[in-house]
Parts: sequence; structure tokens; C-alpha cells
Amino acid sequence: MKPTDIKNPDYFHKVVDCQWACPAHTPVPEYIRLISQERYTEAYMVNWDSNVFPGILGRTCDRPCEPACRRVRTEEKPVAICRLKRVAADHKGDIRDYLPRIPEQKNGKKIALIGAGPASLAVARDLMPMGYEVHVFERDAKAGGMMRSQIPAFRLPMDVLEEEVNLILDMGVVCHFGAEITSMQAILDQGFDAVFVGTGAPRGRDLDLPGRADAEPFIHLGIDWLASVAFGHTEKIEGKVVVLGGGNTAMDCCRTSRRLGAESVQVVVRSAFEVMKASEWEKEEAIAEGIPIINNRPPKSFVVEDGKLRGMYFECVEPVRQGDGRLKYEPTGEPDVFIECDHVLIAIGQDNHCPWIERDLGIEFDRWDCPVLDKETLQSGNPKIFFGGDAAFGPENIIWASAHAHKAAISIHLFCQGRDVKADRPPEGLNLVSQKMGMHEWSYDSEHDPAPRYHVPHADLAHSLANVKIEVELGFDRHLGAKEAQRCLNCDVQTVFTEKLCIECDACVDICPMDCITFTENAEESDLRQMLMAPADNLAQDLYVSDALVDTGRVMVKDEDVCLHCGLCAERCPTGAWDMQKSIINLPQVHA
Amino acid sequence: MTYVAKPRTHHPKLPRNELGLTRRDYEGAVSTLCAGCGHDSVSAAIIQACHELSIPAHRVAKLSGIGCSSKTPTYFLGKSHGFNSVHGRMPSVATGANMANRELYYIGISGDGDTASIGLGQFAHIVRRRINMTYVVDNNGTYGLTKGQFSATNDKGSTSKKGAPNLYEPIDLAMMAIQIGATFVARSFSGDKAQLVPLLKAALKHEGFAFLDVISPCVAFNNHNGSTKSYDYVRAHTEAMAVADLIPIHDEIRIDYAPGTVEDVAMPDGSTLRLHKLHGDYDPRDRVGAMDTLMRRAQAGEIATGLLYLDDDPSDCHEILNTVDGPLASLGEAELCPGSQRLEDINAAFR
Ligand SMILES: Cc1cc2nc3c(=O)[nH]c(=O)nc-3n(C[C@H](O)[C@H](O)[C@H](O)COP(=O)(O)OP(=O)(O)OC[C@H]3O[C@@H](n4cnc5c(N)ncnc54)[C@H](O)[C@@H]3O)c2cc1C
Ligand SMILES: Cc1ncc(C[n+]2csc(CCOP(=O)(O)OP(=O)(O)O)c2C)c(N)n1
Ligand code: SF4
Ligand code: SF4
Ligand code: SF4
Ligand SMILES: [Mg+2]
Repeated sequence: MKPTDIKNPDYFHKVVDCQWACPAHTPVPEYIRLISQERYTEAYMVNWDSNVFPGILGRTCDRPCEPACRRVRTEEKPVAICRLKRVAADHKGDIRDYLPRIPEQKNGKKIALIGAGPASLAVARDLMPMGYEVHVFERDAKAGGMMRSQIPAFRLPMDVLEEEVNLILDMGVVCHFGAEITSMQAILDQGFDAVFVGTGAPRGRDLDLPGRADAEPFIHLGIDWLASVAFGHTEKIEGKVVVLGGGNTAMDCCRTSRRLGAESVQVVVRSAFEVMKASEWEKEEAIAEGIPIINNRPPKSFVVEDGKLRGMYFECVEPVRQGDGRLKYEPTGEPDVFIECDHVLIAIGQDNHCPWIERDLGIEFDRWDCPVLDKETLQSGNPKIFFGGDAAFGPENIIWASAHAHKAAISIHLFCQGRDVKADRPPEGLNLVSQKMGMHEWSYDSEHDPAPRYHVPHADLAHSLANVKIEVELGFDRHLGAKEAQRCLNCDVQTVFTEKLCIECDACVDICPMDCITFTENAEESDLRQMLMAPADNLAQDLYVSDALVDTGRVMVKDEDVCLHCGLCAERCPTGAWDMQKSIINLPQVHA
Repeated sequence: MTYVAKPRTHHPKLPRNELGLTRRDYEGAVSTLCAGCGHDSVSAAIIQACHELSIPAHRVAKLSGIGCSSKTPTYFLGKSHGFNSVHGRMPSVATGANMANRELYYIGISGDGDTASIGLGQFAHIVRRRINMTYVVDNNGTYGLTKGQFSATNDKGSTSKKGAPNLYEPIDLAMMAIQIGATFVARSFSGDKAQLVPLLKAALKHEGFAFLDVISPCVAFNNHNGSTKSYDYVRAHTEAMAVADLIPIHDEIRIDYAPGTVEDVAMPDGSTLRLHKLHGDYDPRDRVGAMDTLMRRAQAGEIATGLLYLDDDPSDCHEILNTVDGPLASLGEAELCPGSQRLEDINAAFR
């Protein structure tokens, strides 16, 4: 193999598994270290800079970082990255001094943001400090998008939402609430320099089955029903409730029903438990609240008698694994099952829907009604119009909305300056800073803590089921937060190797607890992966290969896969050929 | 020295041996030697060899004298028996222990000072007595622990760190061992585990006195340009004569060597010792030839490594003295007190 180019920012960025997996590339180990130092405000600001909604995300994030966390591979359970974000938010001090200054003198450019969900809000956050005049147009009476209308208050308290939304609006965003936009042309006619569409994926998918029309009064589209609960239009649901669907919306629907007085709640899913779209923890919470999840039962029909819904028929299938690993559902031959119910909540997905965008503005739409965009710039066929959040590529989540927003804000800024939105994008950068403080002293806590993941305390179940507004999770207190923070492996403190200093004494090989390091003849990657102290079978993780060494011509190969970043290799190296260096990945934002 | 404890967490794919143990289960305390000391690599090689041979740690006794090298038994096989004796006196303790219990694996760890200076007399006699053990000298040509004086294995003309030359002839411990009666003699290098680990495995399975002279650089006092026991110098001047590989009973033989260079020796436990001659007509079973080659190579400034001498039908001290079969502690009252009639018989034999 060729020597690894560690100057390429992506190389060490990938080693920080959580940061690499985070759509907004939040510097996770950095804020976790700040939490262990009880520097909550700084920890909050590290988050705020990259993901914009730390308090909200610390409760609701889809956490793609956690399955990626190295700790899954070295022990078992990931660091509670998401809940540590909440620790920073819950315990932070006054952040006003840390916020960017908003210029009084505007730069003369006017931007329209359609919709006031997280995507638009994050664009506003990025553009306001640059002197733009930012206008937000929102159909609802308040900002927040689905964070307000969909995510139930028992997962996301209103005050947490308002605090972070207002932080942005208070920068001087011009808000037009109760302003449903019905024509993009009309917006363009108002002379905006650029338009950002952050209207989400607002249409809940329906289920066209026999009996659907007659059952109408007893059937609710999950997202519409959750919105009416959030806005106080629906305060209870009576009788037996069946929720259809296996995603997070279904989990929110069933848990909300449970709190609004339903006599019984069941979730019925067409597919197997393992392939349900809902996050692991959402399923766990629903089950813990006593809600049965019934799998492998595709819905067949609604049964209505005397103008009242009686129940639904479901087919019985079972999953059979195909040669390609995929599941195929085959009928079991059992008779269809009848499940009695008084209400059905349909939570089987959302679609994009932008009837208000005229089709002659240069924007192309694909067959799912999603706009055709440049993935990197988020610019549409009309160079003035940019998309982000759920409106861009279909329903995702809040952290993706933030990530899109940063990209779109860069594009809008370049566009307004008359620069090329692609070629002129600021590059990613990398700084490496040695963490050596003395003989055996590192500026990070290198010791490995084998503790298992700490559990987040929950509110008393009966208490929280009684009121839809009572937050279920209580969050880590400072003490538990500090303990959980110790589990982080500091994956951004990199093992950096300098060939010309190495005397091949094997000290690092002998001390490494994880058998990461091997000195060997060089070979092709596939062979090399099998020639190491332990086989490097995780192809998603890179090998760090040195140049040929002076004495023997062999190479040093480090498998990054399960390195604990414990620094022992560097401590045992007599010549300083290994050093522990913090990699700081500079990801471009508008202001940087 | 390192203050941070080595985490117990290990690579999820680390191989397990017949006892279900990983290599990590054979470790000891974290080393307090200088970072980069060759002795740590020798410890790592012993760990690997014992793991690969599936030796139960509690069946091993580690014995040592005084010196950095003699400290190392603390850093491997943490669950074995150990005796850290007086400077140069490890052979007496090893002899006593082995006489009392012939069923353990004995690993003696010594230094060039411990063996070739203060302990030379003891060394000569344990070789003569052929105690069934693996005797390893971590040979760095210096007294590491007392900060870098020349040892008796230091080559004439090589210099101290400050530049003073050594005026005396070196002792070649491997040569001595062959001459006095060791039945397995090898030399290797701490920086070459590919050679060292198989040699250690073969030595551990050898049922006689196995001696390993392991050149093991002292990074603190003898790894400079004037040294002949530095990482650089050793790498540039070694020449492997023959190597050995221990092939477990049921393992198929994977490596193909050129015909005529390989010879298989059956071991008492059913495994095979595969001798691989790397150097023309060098025959490790020719005792006189081996000594001849060693001297000639040394004269040419080369370090001959690998398996230097092997007696494949070895005898050990218990055989020589015709002692009882088991450990002394296993003898019952009947064996220990054979009765007055037996005493009568013995006395009668002297009349
Ligand atoms: C039930 C449910 C639970 C969820 N839970 C989570 C969770 O726990 N964690 C997570 O990360 N994500 C969750 N999501 C997804 C997340 O809410 C969305 O991905 C995210 O809000 C998308 O942000 P956005 O800014 O693109 O759009 P949205 O949040 O949908 O905001 C769009 C805004 O645009 C407004 N709008 C739309 N059309 C117009 C128009 N024509 N004129 C003016 N205004 C308009 C809407 O009123 C809305 O306020 C959940 C989604 C649902 C449905
Ligand atoms: C009877 C006695 N004499 C002298 C010493 C001092 N002493 C301690 S270690 C040592 C030399 C050790 O050299 P070596 O065996 O080569 O070990 P190394 O430290 O080089 O591994 C000496 C002379 C001692 N401890 N005891
Ligand atoms: S251990 Fe810490 S730095 Fe490493 S992936 Fe997990 S959270 Fe990120
Ligand atoms: S930091 Fe060094 S010693 Fe520690 S696990 Fe990683 S490679 Fe091994
Ligand atoms: S002084 Fe020399 S022999 Fe002793 S520990 Fe240090 S490097 Fe090793
Ligand atoms: Mg010595």
C-alpha cells in the first residue's frame, strides 16, 4: 500500500467515527471533554456552532453518531453522545457573550426563507451575522416547524424549543407568521436576492383499503393528528386505538394516544420487528409504556358497522430471508386476524408536496415530487432558489436539516457575492496539535474507563402517562454526565507516526492493548489486512500505513478500527516516533 | 516507565488457544523498564509462545536473578509462580525447584551481567547438570540496572555511551553452553519476534536444558553508534544459521522449504520440531561444527543467530540421577517412610 496521506483532512476525520457520522460533523469528543471539565457553556457553544439546536437535539436527535461510535466496537454500547449534548444544554450558563454579533449596517442583500422549521432557522442563524436582511414566511403562528407541530412535548418540552428558536429570531429575523406562501413567483417578484425553501415534507401518506371512505371520521393521518394535539385542538382520544406503521411517527402516535386517555393502544406493523424504521430507543420506550407492537400483519380492510368503526382485518405473513439477505414476506396460511378498534392512526410515511412552486421557474421535480438539486450546493435549476431540510430530498430529521442549512447558507452567500457556488466553496482544513505536556502527561485524560453505559433517569411512569406535557427523560445530572463523559475514547486525539524516528524496537506493538500496530513487509491492502497482529476485517476502517522504514524496509501498519486512543504507544516509544495529536477538523461555515 | 495501567479491553478478534485464553491472559504487570527496552519485547515473545502452546500459567515457574532483565518475570505470566533470587544465583534456585518438582515448566530469565559476570560459576554448573528448563539471557552487553557499565559479553573495542572502549575479550554464552553440555542452544534478537517466538516454543517443549542468548538492546545505555548491541548494529550484522518451528500434533504443514533444508524431529508430546537449515551445510546437530562456525562468524564480526545446536535425544538431571518420577510433594507416607525392614536391607548392603 501507499503511505497514508494524513494531511488530507478526511483521514483523521474518519477516525473520529461519531463526528464523521454526524451530518453536521459536530466535534463530539471536544464537547464531551468540556463536559468532564464542567465547562458546560463552552460545550454548548461547540454544539451550537455546528448543529444549531443542542438542547432540542440533545433530546430528539436521531443520533447517527451512536451506532458509529468506536465504543460499540471496543466494548458494546456507544457513548451516550446525544444525552451528553443535553447535559451541556441543561447546565450551561449565560451564553450571550458567546453569540455572534449581528451587524447593524446590513449588507444590502435580502433573503427569503419559506417555512420556519429547523432548516430555515439554521440558514437564518448562519446568514444574520453576515449582515443579510432575512425574511421568514411561515404558515403557522409560530416558528419551529415539525419540532413544534410533531415532536410531542413529553419528548421535547416547549420551553427548550422556544429558547433555541428565539435565540435565532432575536437576531433580527423579519418574521411573517400566518403567511402561507401560495406562489413562488410572487416571492421572486418581491425582489429577494435568493430564496431558501424549507417547507418540509408536509403530507402524510394515506392507506387506500376497502372501507376507508366509510371509516373516515375514525381515521387520522398521524402527522396531522399529532399537530392538532400539539396545537391543543385535540385533547383526548377515546376507546381502542390502532396505530399503523413502524416508524418514529407511529411511536409518537401510540405514546401520545396512551397519554390522551385511550382505553388500549396497539401498534400494528406490516413488517418484522428488526426492520422497523423506528429508532431502537423509541421502540423500547413504547414497549416500556406497555404498548404492544404486533409485527408481520399487513392491513387489509376497515370494518364499519352502523356508521361506526369496528376494527380492521390484517393478513398474516412471515419474513423469509432471501439469498441476497433481504426479507420477503410470505403468507403463513393462517386466517386473517381481526383487531377491534375505535380509532386508527395512519403513520406509514410522508411525502414531499410543493404545489405552490410553479413548474416553469426552471426547477425540475422528480417522480417523488422532490426538487432536482446539486447535492453539494443545494442549488436548484433556478440559480436563485435553494432547498434544504425535508423539502430537499424527502423526510429526514433535524440534524440533517442543520447540515443542509450550513451548505445552503454558504451557497447563498457565494451567490449573493456573485461568486461560483461550487468552485469558490471554502475548503476543509486540518490542524494537528500535540497533546504532550510532560514525561507521562497528556493534556487529555488518556486513561481508559471500562464502565458500561449509564442509564438516563426517567420520570415515574404513571406520572408521565397522566400528562402529555411531562417530559419522560430527566437527563443526566452533572455527576452522571461526568461519568458518562469518561467513557468517550477521545478519538480526535490521533496517533501520529514519524517514520524517521522509529528504531523498530516493538515497544508500541508490545504495549498496545488492542493489537492495532504491526511492523511488516508491505503488501496489497487485502493481503496486508490479514498479515496484522489481529485481522483487520472492518473494511470501513482505514489502515494507516507508513513509508518504508530505514532499518528493515518494513512498514508500520496501524488498524484504526479499535484503537482506544489511550496513548500507551506514544508513552512507550523511546524516540517520540509516536505522538498523540489532537486533530481539529475545520469545516467551512459562512462565517469561517 | 508508564503510569497509566494497560486497559484490560482487547481486540475482539484476538485468537483464543486450546484453553480458551487470549494472549492478553498471559500478561503480567505493566513494565517499569525504560520505554523501548529490548527486554520488554522478549517478555512479549514469551507471552506469545506460552499462549500459542496453550501452557496453563499455573504450571510455569519463573526464576530470575538481579538486573533489569531479571525484573521482567513480573511483566509476563502474572498467574505463574515466580522467584526473584539473588544476583547471579538464579541457577541454584532453579536447580532446587526443579529437583523438587519436575513437572513444571521452568523459565529462567537472566542478564548478561547476572549470568556472565557474577553468575558465571552458577551458570556453568546448571548447564552441566542439564536442568530441564528454558534459560533465557537478555543480552545487552551492559549492566542496565546499575547504569551502563560494560558487562562480560560486551565486545572488545566497542565503546560506552561516553566513548570509552572496552578492553576485554567477550564471553560467548551460547558457545559455552554448547561446550559444557546444553542440549538446545539458540541465539536470537529481541527485535525479531518472527524468529524468537518459534525458538522459544521449541525450547519450552525441549525436555532438557535449553539455552537462549537473546540480544536485547539497552536503549538507555547501549544503543549508541559505538555499540555492537544496538538495534541498528544487530540488524546489520546478524546471520541466521537454522531456525526451528514447533508444529502442533494435528496441524498441517503450511510452509514449503527448498528440499534438503528441512528436517523433522519428533517431540515427546507428539508434536514435530521442524528444523530449517538456512545456511548451506550448517548442521545444528553437529556439536563441534557448531562451535567452529560460531567462532569463525564471531571473528568475521557477524552474529550467528537461530537454532545453533540441538541434541534431539536429550537427557536431563532427573534422568542422570535416576530420581523419583513425580514431584516430591506428591510422595505419600509409604514412599517417604519405607519402613524399618527397608532400612535393615540398606544397612545390610553396607556390611
Ligand atoms: C411525528 C414526527 C416526529 C419526529 N421526531 C423527530 C425527532 O425526534 N428527531 C428528529 O431529528 N426529527 C424528527 N422528526 C423529523 C423532523 O421533525 C423533520 O425532519 C424536521 O423538522 C424537518 O425540518 P424542515 O425545516 O425541513 O421542515 P419542517 O420542520 O417540516 O418545517 C417546515 C415549515 O414550513 C412551513 N410551511 C410548509 N409549507 C409552507 C408554505 N407553503 N408557506 C409557508 N410555510 C410553509 C410549515 O408550517 C413548517 O413550519 C419527526 C417527524 C415527525 C413527523
Ligand atoms: C551481589 C550483588 N552485586 C552487585 C549488585 C549490583 N547490580 C545490580 S544489577 C547488576 C548488573 C545487572 O546486569 P545484567 O544482568 O546484564 O542486567 P541488565 O540490567 O543489563 O538487564 C549489578 C552489578 C547486586 N545487586 N548484587
Ligand atoms: S468514543 Fe467518543 S470520540 Fe470516539 S466515537 Fe465514541 S463518542 Fe466519538
Ligand atoms: S493509542 Fe496506541 S496503544 Fe492505545 S490503542 Fe491506540 S494504537 Fe494502541
Ligand atoms: S536501563 Fe537499559 S536494560 Fe534497563 S530498562 Fe532501561 S533500556 Fe532496559
Ligand atoms: Mg545486561
